[in-house]
Amino acid sequence: MTPSLETADPAVVSQGLRRVAIDPVSRVEGHGKVTILLDAQNRVQQVRLHIVEFRGFEKFIEGRPYWEVPVMVQRLCGICPVSHHLAASKAFDRVVGAVPVTPSADKIRRLMHYGQVMQSHALHFFYLSAPDLLFGFDSEVNRRNIVGVAQAHPDIARKGILLRKFGQEVIRATAGKRVHGTGSVPGGVNKHVSLEDRALLQRDVAQMIAWAQDAVDIAKQLHAQNPALYDSFGSVRSNMLSLVRADGALDLYDGVIRARDAAGKIICDGASDQSYLDLIEEEVKPWTYMKFPFLKSLGADLGWYRVGPLARLQNCDFIPSPLAEAQRRLFLDWGKGEPIHATLAYHWARMIEVLHCIEVIKELLDDPDILSGELMALGPRQRAGVGVIEAPRGTLIHHYEVGDDDLVTMCNLIVATTHNNQAMNEAVRSVARQYLDGRELTEGLLNHIEVAIRAYDPCLSCATHALGQMPLDVALVGPEGELIDRVVKSHDGVFLHDLGSPVGLPT
Amino acid sequence: MTAQPASVAPLLVFGWGNLSRGDDALGPLCIEHLRDLRMPAARVEYLDDYQLQIEHALDLVGRQRVLFVDASLSCRAPFEVTPLRAVQDASFTTHAMSPQALMQVFRDLRGEEPPPCTLLAIRGECFELGEPPSVGALDHLAAALQWAEAWLATPVPQVAHA
Repeated sequence: MTPSLETADPAVVSQGLRRVAIDPVSRVEGHGKVTILLDAQNRVQQVRLHIVEFRGFEKFIEGRPYWEVPVMVQRLCGICPVSHHLAASKAFDRVVGAVPVTPSADKIRRLMHYGQVMQSHALHFFYLSAPDLLFGFDSEVNRRNIVGVAQAHPDIARKGILLRKFGQEVIRATAGKRVHGTGSVPGGVNKHVSLEDRALLQRDVAQMIAWAQDAVDIAKQLHAQNPALYDSFGSVRSNMLSLVRADGALDLYDGVIRARDAAGKIICDGASDQSYLDLIEEEVKPWTYMKFPFLKSLGADLGWYRVGPLARLQNCDFIPSPLAEAQRRLFLDWGKGEPIHATLAYHWARMIEVLHCIEVIKELLDDPDILSGELMALGPRQRAGVGVIEAPRGTLIHHYEVGDDDLVTMCNLIVATTHNNQAMNEAVRSVARQYLDGRELTEGLLNHIEVAIRAYDPCLSCATHALGQMPLDVALVGPEGELIDRVVKSHDGVFLHDLGSPVGLPT
Repeated sequence: MTAQPASVAPLLVFGWGNLSRGDDALGPLCIEHLRDLRMPAARVEYLDDYQLQIEHALDLVGRQRVLFVDASLSCRAPFEVTPLRAVQDASFTTHAMSPQALMQVFRDLRGEEPPPCTLLAIRGECFELGEPPSVGALDHLAAALQWAEAWLATPVPQVAHA
């Protein structure tokens, strides 16, 4: 754990730190900016990943009636709206006293959530990362996209698309619509799964399991073919945090909070999600809007952690579905008894979770409770509630307080990308140290940094994507602020050195 | 699985954007207005989403004509209409993809040409979270809707797209 991700003191800058800015990072949700601080010997001293978080969204929620919120928060993210929908619903279950919700509501929500996780993971692996992984990080830029994958590996692309489609159909069957669903409400859900939809999904689920197994094999083979790269690329040791079921099983919908240290030793276990503030604190740094969460018991310097598939698979004691558990054991064997901290191992872990999700979906589709039974529960009203869920990218926390007039008076959201903030900074620093020579910004360096960031699948800012908005701007600036080099990648992929335009650098 | 629908409307209008991000809402708002025209479901299907995604290539299957609708920062006001062709998209992408790349995915996935697709890009200015669409953008939307209604009224050829 390094305590060095601090704002560079002007005095330190004057002693020889240089700054490299990459803005924005492509193929991640929204825009990010990377600043690499160099010393006078061109060694990477620090990395700062600047993320445009959903500034203002919490204020946007405050003052709204609580029952609107599970629908509104879906607009936080165009990729995982269902995770926000369910985390908010779980928080407001507490407010309306629905603890627990009915068995039917619990199972329909789980079905919705596991559909969401599988479709998000499938998008990430087959669409966002497969081009890098299948063609190599330095391959021709116009091949490194899903279209290139579809042309070179049509079978892989087809499976990815149809896995996504299946996940979307699960969401439609449970949430009412593919997008902007309203299925989950404070206290339960508002509809059962229809017999027709269940039959449609049951028809395809065995095929999906087979394809998910193929996807795990692809990820496994990528590691086996180039273990030196996959084990070392962006590798950083960190604590790990996730929900687990009370018996230690992997559970993506509900559970208690568990954290392990980098050696795999349990730091805390069995903590109620309602008391997350007793475990986690968020540090503010002046150079970014995004906070840095850490485990209070270890402090800011040692307590940062990673979340998401890599953490979840190693934090739990077992996966409660046979095919995925068998794959998890093979995955753990790769670490030879030590926790796996390789950044690219996120992809392997992600595909094992896809397999698990479909196994769970299959089991839930056979459960009669999704077709009938009480949908809503009510109980003594409370003024506040916390909803925690394992979203595709990791632990997602929604915390609300509600007044007697039913209006939300406080909203606090901690998303997976925030939990992973320092881990991503560390991973990029590791990559930059390996691939930046300090004299020239190369397209290869940018590609490698983007690969490291993409492994975490960060959701940087959600769903603004208007046409023509995605340039990539990299500047190399000397200790006195002088521009040494600058490269611009236009939206059509043209990579140009451009020393003639003004550069806006982070402060 | 669901790659081959049993029957689909010959026309598809697909708008995308985030209703909570100012003028990014133009795509879904356009869909909302067009739905209010209550044209027969057997003739046209309306879809909206936050972004174009790979699986949307399957929504093109069986169509005779497709209209994509999105907000744009770079088009001329009030709107621009562009016939699209499938291309291997060399642009940097976020999680969202371009309609041209979506058409290319369709082509690679199915080994046939996608249906004729047109992009209706509506000029937007402000995409801030929590902001309503700007007055200017709503004016652009009104003009674009007139064009979209004419597109919908164009007779559909009797021969189904292969």
